[in-house]
Amino acid sequence: MTEHIVHAPFPGTFYRRPDPDSDVFVTESQHVEAGTVIGLIEVMKMFQEITAEQPGTLVQFLVENDAPVDAGQPIARLT
Amino acid sequence: MSERPIRRVLVANRGEIAVRVIRACRDLGLHSIAVYSDADADAVHVRLADEAVRIGPAPARSSYLDIGRIVATAVEHRCDAVHPGYGFLAENAAFADACARAGIAFVGPRGETIERVGDKVSARAAAEQAEVPVVPGSALLEDADEALRYADKIGYPVLLKASAGGGGRGIRRVDRPDELGTAFAAATREADAAFGNGGLFVEKCIVDARHVEVQILADGHGNAIQLGERDCSLQRRRQKLVEESPAPGLPDQLRKDLGAAALRLAMEVGYLGAGTVEFLVDPRTFDFYFIEVNARIQVEHGVTELVTGVDLIAEQLRIAAGCALSVGQDDIAARGVAIEFRINAEDPDRNFFPSPGKISQLRLPGGPGIRVDTGFEAGKAVPPFYDSLLAKLMVWAPDRDRAIARARRALAELTVEGVATTAPLHRRIVDWDEFQAGTCHTGSLETLLDQAARPGSPVTWPRL
Repeated sequence: MTEHIVHAPFPGTFYRRPDPDSDVFVTESQHVEAGTVIGLIEVMKMFQEITAEQPGTLVQFLVENDAPVDAGQPIARLT
Repeated sequence: MSERPIRRVLVANRGEIAVRVIRACRDLGLHSIAVYSDADADAVHVRLADEAVRIGPAPARSSYLDIGRIVATAVEHRCDAVHPGYGFLAENAAFADACARAGIAFVGPRGETIERVGDKVSARAAAEQAEVPVVPGSALLEDADEALRYADKIGYPVLLKASAGGGGRGIRRVDRPDELGTAFAAATREADAAFGNGGLFVEKCIVDARHVEVQILADGHGNAIQLGERDCSLQRRRQKLVEESPAPGLPDQLRKDLGAAALRLAMEVGYLGAGTVEFLVDPRTFDFYFIEVNARIQVEHGVTELVTGVDLIAEQLRIAAGCALSVGQDDIAARGVAIEFRINAEDPDRNFFPSPGKISQLRLPGGPGIRVDTGFEAGKAVPPFYDSLLAKLMVWAPDRDRAIARARRALAELTVEGVATTAPLHRRIVDWDEFQAGTCHTGSLETLLDQAARPGSPVTWPRL
């Protein structure tokens, strides 16, 4: 399997949950489809969903929940 | 209320409003202490203040919203007052109370007032108590017949609203009595499906209303004054983009009535400090209805300063020090016209998607009748963590036509590179006949944007 990296399309704060009281969108080692929401990035009070671009197994998140991310920063690794 | 001199002011905010407060402190000979997060370490407000203190990492929750940290910083730096600006902790009653407990003057209303006017139900009750008109609405309805009787009384169109509703769901507009029965059944079904509760009430629909708000100031000596109104009808998704004072084309009697209503409400709640009472105005009948009180200084306060000559931040600080207002109602006379354009780091061509990043070039307009308030300069970055307000471009002129001409000139002089901004939209607005006529209502801007939407233009971030 080739590796695929999901990048932050814009800077902001990365969240793995839709809201603080909910479960994470996906867990590590979970299978995802193209279009599966894996997290949110908050940029200037606006929330945008971040999706997997292709199907695979989400091996590892490369940023912590609630952490600042830069545009282009790797967020998650898929195989 | 006894006087208690203020010498050292902690400015619990960032961006242009922190700069504005620091400037007021400097004008008054007060010592200013800025606070900043890691994202703002080299921000303009940090440089302009007499002192600056780091209060935490970039996320607002761990910095500008950290009540304990900010109060502790104020105590440690021997501050007599905390100015919260707008947003963040400005309308947080717990913060106001925490400052008071620490023996520090909170520059704003008392915590209990913030709570009372911040809650929709108690604010509406206070308005009714003060004989300020509210949008006519029924209690929970028994059935469609009761809705019909109530709608006949208040006049069409009306809105049927789910009592458990929210987010715009369970709302039906009804224009004629014969539509009401069907709409009632549908709205009940919708509300029941969405909220598990089919209860409805009916409210008058104010079609094409204008947003008009009144600036008030009240001190602890029983003085309360109103500084005229601002028209903030140009909004997108309830976010104001252009504000002006006075509101164009309103009858003088309506201006007086709005001001008097705002003052009655201020007296009713024992208001202290600067505040804004917001109304919807029906442009056909000139009936007006209370919406809410903003218990803080507002983004658009500058247009009121330009037409009245009153420094609202300085008055806030006077009030917080227990002093009487420096001006009386008889001193307030609006002169000329002021208009503000919010230059936001958002891309109007990408559905107003936020555009944080480094400002590579920033040339601000100047000359007669221009005021620009900003917390940024060329070479600084607009962080992605906070709001998108980059600068407030304000113009003043003796009359509205000349104010618009100056706005056109100022917008042409403005250059922002590195981030997308709302400036191109403002350049269209000043040339828009509806804006020039002064007849915009709260739905007008969305119509302009729909017309301008280029079919097929994708709403995406550029690929990296």
